[in-house]
Amino acid sequence: MSLESILSKFTKAETNLLEILLQYQETKTDHAITEAEVGQIAAYLGVTETKVASVISFYTLLSMKPKGRYVIQVCKNIPCFVNEQTAITRTLEKILGIHAGETTANNLFTLEYTSCLGCCDNAPAMRIDGKIYANLTPDKVKAIISEYRGRSS
Amino acid sequence: MVNLRINNRELAVAEGSTILEAARTNNIKIPTLCHYPDLGIQSDCRICVVEIEGQKGLATSCSTIVRDGMVVKTNSPRVLNARKTITELILANHDANCTACPKNLSCELQSLANKLGIDENRFQSVLTLSPLDEGNPALIRNPNRCIKCGRCVDVCKNIQGVGVLELMGRSHHLKIVPAFDHCLSDLFCTYCGQCAAVCPVGAITEKDDTDIVWRALNHHDKHVIVQVAPAIRVSLAEEANMNPGTVCTGKIVTALKLLGFDQVFDTDFTADLTIIEEGNELIHRLTSGGVLPMMTSCCPGWINFAEQHYPEILPHISSCKSPQQMFGALAKTYYAEKMGLEPANVFVVSIMPCTAKKYEAGRKEMRANEDLPDVDVVLTTRELGKMLRQMGIDFANLAETPFDDPFGITTGAAAIFGASGGVMEAALRTVYEVVNGEPLTNLDFTDVRGLDGVKETVVKLAEKPYRFAVANNLKNARLMAEAVKAGTSPYAFIEVMCCPGGCIGGGGQPYGTITKTRLDRIKATYQVDAAMPIRKSHENPAIAKLYQEYLDRPLGEQSHNLLHTHYHARRGKPNN
Ligand code: SF4
Ligand code: SF4
Ligand code: FES
Repeated sequence: MSLESILSKFTKAETNLLEILLQYQETKTDHAITEAEVGQIAAYLGVTETKVASVISFYTLLSMKPKGRYVIQVCKNIPCFVNEQTAITRTLEKILGIHAGETTANNLFTLEYTSCLGCCDNAPAMRIDGKIYANLTPDKVKAIISEYRGRSS
Repeated sequence: MVNLRINNRELAVAEGSTILEAARTNNIKIPTLCHYPDLGIQSDCRICVVEIEGQKGLATSCSTIVRDGMVVKTNSPRVLNARKTITELILANHDANCTACPKNLSCELQSLANKLGIDENRFQSVLTLSPLDEGNPALIRNPNRCIKCGRCVDVCKNIQGVGVLELMGRSHHLKIVPAFDHCLSDLFCTYCGQCAAVCPVGAITEKDDTDIVWRALNHHDKHVIVQVAPAIRVSLAEEANMNPGTVCTGKIVTALKLLGFDQVFDTDFTADLTIIEEGNELIHRLTSGGVLPMMTSCCPGWINFAEQHYPEILPHISSCKSPQQMFGALAKTYYAEKMGLEPANVFVVSIMPCTAKKYEAGRKEMRANEDLPDVDVVLTTRELGKMLRQMGIDFANLAETPFDDPFGITTGAAAIFGASGGVMEAALRTVYEVVNGEPLTNLDFTDVRGLDGVKETVVKLAEKPYRFAVANNLKNARLMAEAVKAGTSPYAFIEVMCCPGGCIGGGGQPYGTITKTRLDRIKATYQVDAAMPIRKSHENPAIAKLYQEYLDRPLGEQSHNLLHTHYHARRGKPNN
């Protein structure tokens, strides 16, 4: 959906900002909002683009930095940590060839940390594009990633 | 009233006060850092913490409202220890190279550290250096010194209604920057400098041009002249630790001569000239069906704001250059000719209360001779203060000297340009008498004086009542501009000054300007006016002589070439 059509669903009230940002970012394959789009949203709502950029910067859910097609979020909270989350992250870093916070050269994956995903009973856990994967082992992670790789080829 | 105990003293304070207010009104000192009297509560530095009996954690006194029966300790060992730790943590993420900082000795963080007795930091520095934002002629933003107090965000967004700066990111990634981490010049900054005026540290400061002036002064071929803006005479004394509102006109002239300027002139002279040109422009617009309301043009912060946010209303803005630029244009034409000097050898310095004037002087439109700026360098009040200290001038004890001719004879009307409402009042004194052909019985248009955001008066011109308004600061300017844009503005003429209180509260004025300081400077401004032998611009004999010798007549061809300009719709980057 284009930005225009999303904007047209909302009244020009500043309180709609967050919802607009969330809905629009959802439509973007790089999970990011550009400067020009920030400008467009700001103009529509009658706020400064500084304000819009500030809101985006506050929420980890929102981004202005383009990400890969699939965003992998590994939980780094205590229950996952004591259940060998670091081995999961190391595996991911090794097979993807990137560190947390980075994106693969083919723009397919971005690896990042997240706070609790609510799966402490099945730790360690991660989320890829909204889908939760729990009770992870390095082997499971390898299988999941090759499945995603397969999808896009 | 609320009864509470602070440090074992029983106090009764007004309901709704904060602990900080309660303490200060009772002469109990609590240190603060993010707090600034005229701004909102930031409550982010945590320096002002106090202990409240029965409460586990420490509370920030600047944001905690008093309750009946509260027992507060402002100086317990726990409080002192917390303050010290907080300060050390702030310093661990701060470029504390104090002697290389323009705020050295006027920095609030430095003086706090000193008061708390911090001579050693237990924490290692975690500062990673970021590049400076210095791509504009007016201000430098040094993020490495920023302590994230949020004052600049507050003043820019809530006082000025501009909103260039914001908090970006969160937690230890938090930064105070314009959108997208761009430079001020890429966004819609007006260079008003109010952010620099309230920054407690040296993270936003004016571009220091004192070195260029020293070089010019030591250059033997240059004829270096200086003009002094109306608002400086009621504020420069503060740079020498004298009281706000001390009138120091004659001392300024003496000091500037000691610094080595060849001639010292008064911008009040071209303020009078502005009134003649702008007054005639208003009369012309009123009588010839011109674009109304007319809006003033002396304030470059306002021009920057209008060009970027309200291009539709540019035809409403008077085509008159500001007094600073009228002076510059005359200096490099009329004055140079009169003195038999090459315009290129006349070096014009302005002392202004303003950071936006630095930008204005660089505008391409401000050139009577191609490739030669009319005003070479603009120094703020603070920069002049610095030069006086560099030269070891004992300002308080200087004798008084009058301004030099031919730009030295001025009026009370020009003197009040420095206060919000002053340009309007000066214009009304002249327009009334010129149009109605009779002398005013009372020269004081008190309705337009003072610190209110919007001020109004009604004056009859040729039997017809007209409404006049003054917008004090950019937030109120926006209100005016919206109405003008919508075609609903009921006024004939609107004065806009972008800084709170007018130029006396300019972004380049001595640090620590608060409402009280503004009121003191305003009071002094009207004292200067009242003491002037001539108080109306059209009665200035030197202005009459200038028209006779050089300009011919108001709004004439020569005036058009030298004293008027035009504006451009633009976004971000200045057009020079
Ligand atoms: S100079 Fe004025 S407009 Fe620019 S950032 Fe500072 S306060 Fe805002
Ligand atoms: S730039 Fe200055 S006023 Fe703004 S947040 Fe940083 S320290 Fe505070
Ligand atoms: S002064 Fe109270 S938190 Fe900064």
